[in-house]
Amino acid sequence: MKLLKLVPEETNFNFIGWRTFAYAVSLAIIIGSLGLLAFKGLNLGIDFTGGTLIEIQVKETPNLPTLRDDLNGLGLGGISIQEFGQPNDLLIRVGQQNGDETVQKAAIDKVRTAIDANFSGEEVDYRRVEYVGPQVGDELKKAGLLAFLLSMLGILAYIWVRFEWQFGVAAVIALFHDSIGVLGFFALTGESFDLATLAAVLLVAGYSINDTVVVFDRVRENLRKYKKMLLGELLNKSINQMLSRTIMTSLTTVLVLVMLYVFGGEVIKGFTEALIFGIVLGTFSSIYVAAPLLMIFKVRADKPKAKEATAS
Amino acid sequence: MIHFSNWKIFLIVAVCVWGVLFTVPNFIAPETRASMAENMPGWIPSQAVNLGLDLQGGSHLLLQVELGDVIKEQSSDLLAQARTELRSERIGYTRLSPVPNGFRVSLRDSAQADAAKKILRKLDERTEIKTLEEGTYEVAFTESGINDINTQTLSQSIEIVRRRIDETGTNEPVIQRQGDDRIVVQLPGLDSPERIKELLGKTAKLTFHLVDQDGGIDTFSLPSRDLQGQELSVKRRAILTGDMLTNASPNFQNGAPVVSFRLNGQGAKRFCDVTRNNVEKPFAIVLDNEIVSAPNINEPICGGQAIISGRFTVQETSDLSLLLRAGALPAPLTILEERTVGPTLGRDSVEAGKLAGMLAFALVLVFMVISYGLFGFFAAIALCFNMFLIFGILSWLQATLTLPGIGGIILTIGMAVDANVLIFERIREEMRTGRSLLSAIDSGYKNAISTIVDANMTTLIAAIFLYSFGSGPVKGFAVTLTIGIITSMFSAIMLTRLMVSLWLKYKRPTELTI
Repeated sequence: MKLLKLVPEETNFNFIGWRTFAYAVSLAIIIGSLGLLAFKGLNLGIDFTGGTLIEIQVKETPNLPTLRDDLNGLGLGGISIQEFGQPNDLLIRVGQQNGDETVQKAAIDKVRTAIDANFSGEEVDYRRVEYVGPQVGDELKKAGLLAFLLSMLGILAYIWVRFEWQFGVAAVIALFHDSIGVLGFFALTGESFDLATLAAVLLVAGYSINDTVVVFDRVRENLRKYKKMLLGELLNKSINQMLSRTIMTSLTTVLVLVMLYVFGGEVIKGFTEALIFGIVLGTFSSIYVAAPLLMIFKVRADKPKAKEATAS
Repeated sequence: MIHFSNWKIFLIVAVCVWGVLFTVPNFIAPETRASMAENMPGWIPSQAVNLGLDLQGGSHLLLQVELGDVIKEQSSDLLAQARTELRSERIGYTRLSPVPNGFRVSLRDSAQADAAKKILRKLDERTEIKTLEEGTYEVAFTESGINDINTQTLSQSIEIVRRRIDETGTNEPVIQRQGDDRIVVQLPGLDSPERIKELLGKTAKLTFHLVDQDGGIDTFSLPSRDLQGQELSVKRRAILTGDMLTNASPNFQNGAPVVSFRLNGQGAKRFCDVTRNNVEKPFAIVLDNEIVSAPNINEPICGGQAIISGRFTVQETSDLSLLLRAGALPAPLTILEERTVGPTLGRDSVEAGKLAGMLAFALVLVFMVISYGLFGFFAAIALCFNMFLIFGILSWLQATLTLPGIGGIILTIGMAVDANVLIFERIREEMRTGRSLLSAIDSGYKNAISTIVDANMTTLIAAIFLYSFGSGPVKGFAVTLTIGIITSMFSAIMLTRLMVSLWLKYKRPTELTI
């Protein structure tokens, strides 16, 4: 039986040689993402801003402009309406109202009445109604940030203990690279950033570190094995040895996620999208960012001394 | 690395069987499951995975108990009580004013200090008295006193919320405390929580007061519903309070909707005495700081039964009776968060998740087999058991499966393969260096395992932080991810390896296509 081999047995790509180019790409991604985050910003969902989200489904394709005019004529601030997956499925977002709970409730009632009136004679299926108060939104934002920073620290500490400091720092830089890239992706597409997408960013961090650790593991092993090899050559060898695995795993994971993206339903799309983009970026970064960083941090000085060589 | 002792084989097989056993109830219809749970011994698993509200449809409410209001109220009660007691003991004071969590009093004559202190000390055991200067004291709830009050308020609120929801006949509500001052209410299958929100939005504090007609002391003004918000002055002391009611039901009097109620012994007696002494005078029925109505007492009411009239609609009388039966909330509730998912969306999500999951699963199986041949087939079998284990553990723990949770499981399918890929790629490498089959497999496993552990530990760290700080949907995701990481490590390191080892033992192969 002939088995499928996506990557030939012995590869010898010069990844390290391309590192200047890779740095330029990475830098462009980082600067672009930060720029987008600063000037365009994330489209924060109601989880973080507070407000009300209503998903409705109707039988016939609704007349969006009329509905938009009707709802925005209620005097409840800007109400955004967008199609959600299909033309007869709508997502309606109402901002946080100034005032106490009865004001919020009255606002939602008003919106519902207006929607029902707009589809007179037709049954409106309220598939989802979510209300998040401003206080909770704030808390969720803080808790999310805390979870992110603590998991970074936890991962850094773990790698520090298991490897040397250069590995830990390089891994965390790669991690920030990927997380910022995913955030930038969300700023670019302008898709709603909510709790689930935050979880996706964290997961990308987890996956990216997983990928990086696998390459580092091999680097560490080769450092012990080939005491005289130049560092650049050694890093290249390590990446090439792990290339087949990196491609296989990333490919299966992305395949699975594509299934989830296509068939998993609208609600989970944003989450899946973030993961797919993040995993592609994470694969790139573990090859082109994390490993070359070890060169910069000089995990081993090139031209090892004669003494060391004889000692082995 | 390749040899397995018998007890280890037994253990691995036992774990797999356990996973299958606990997954089976998920394929059985709910009715059959219920009768299984009743008729079969307890150790036979009969629980299916607990679907989250986003999958089965339903309403999730996060309520805040306004604890500060209770302390404020108790402090002002304390002050009122002190005023009454000091007066009845004829102890004069020049000033009696509220402070945070208590009040401050200055005596007119410091010779009465001892008597006054005795009274102040007896007011409430959760307070302490501070002497600010000779004859001036501050009485305030202690920190532990406030904690006691808060804990009590919260548990009482939960109880009342439960009773009110039970009265509406909602199926299997989950009502839980969250943090120090919050209550989570989950109402499966409810796609319009408006009525419940309405019911929880009222404290339903009912009191009866005499209307103040002679401008006496110790009175306060409240808006009246009858008189279009005009205020009416009533005596502070309540004749009756809501907790003296034993029953309440909607009724009609002269064609108008009213609430009729029945009083307990103590309440009936008090009501009888007061009405006898105040015939021809009006009294006020106060609900949540609003006078519902202020009828005249025409004759003494001594039967322990009476009605509340007002400008009610039929719906209002039935709601009010429900609230009175369930009791008053000790503190107002605010809705902080509401997430309601209708049954159609829930069903669609489950269907979509199933479809995506199965396709992803099939794709990965095929991919493994065409990439790694026989070993890929072993890995595919292990992946099947991995799924059984994940669902088995979810059913056993009765953890809640949410939509992001399904995402977590599907992602695990992708990642579970990683451990196998690492091992197989390593075996390929070892074989290329010219080792014998046995030694290549042996050192392949040996060398790959530390990488697998390192890689999974980092993901596990991220999942644990997600679980600790995430809420709702994120938590559901973290749970399945954590379970998935653990079971996939088991299936790759133990189960696949066991199959490889048995294959080596019984087939005694000399070569392998990998």
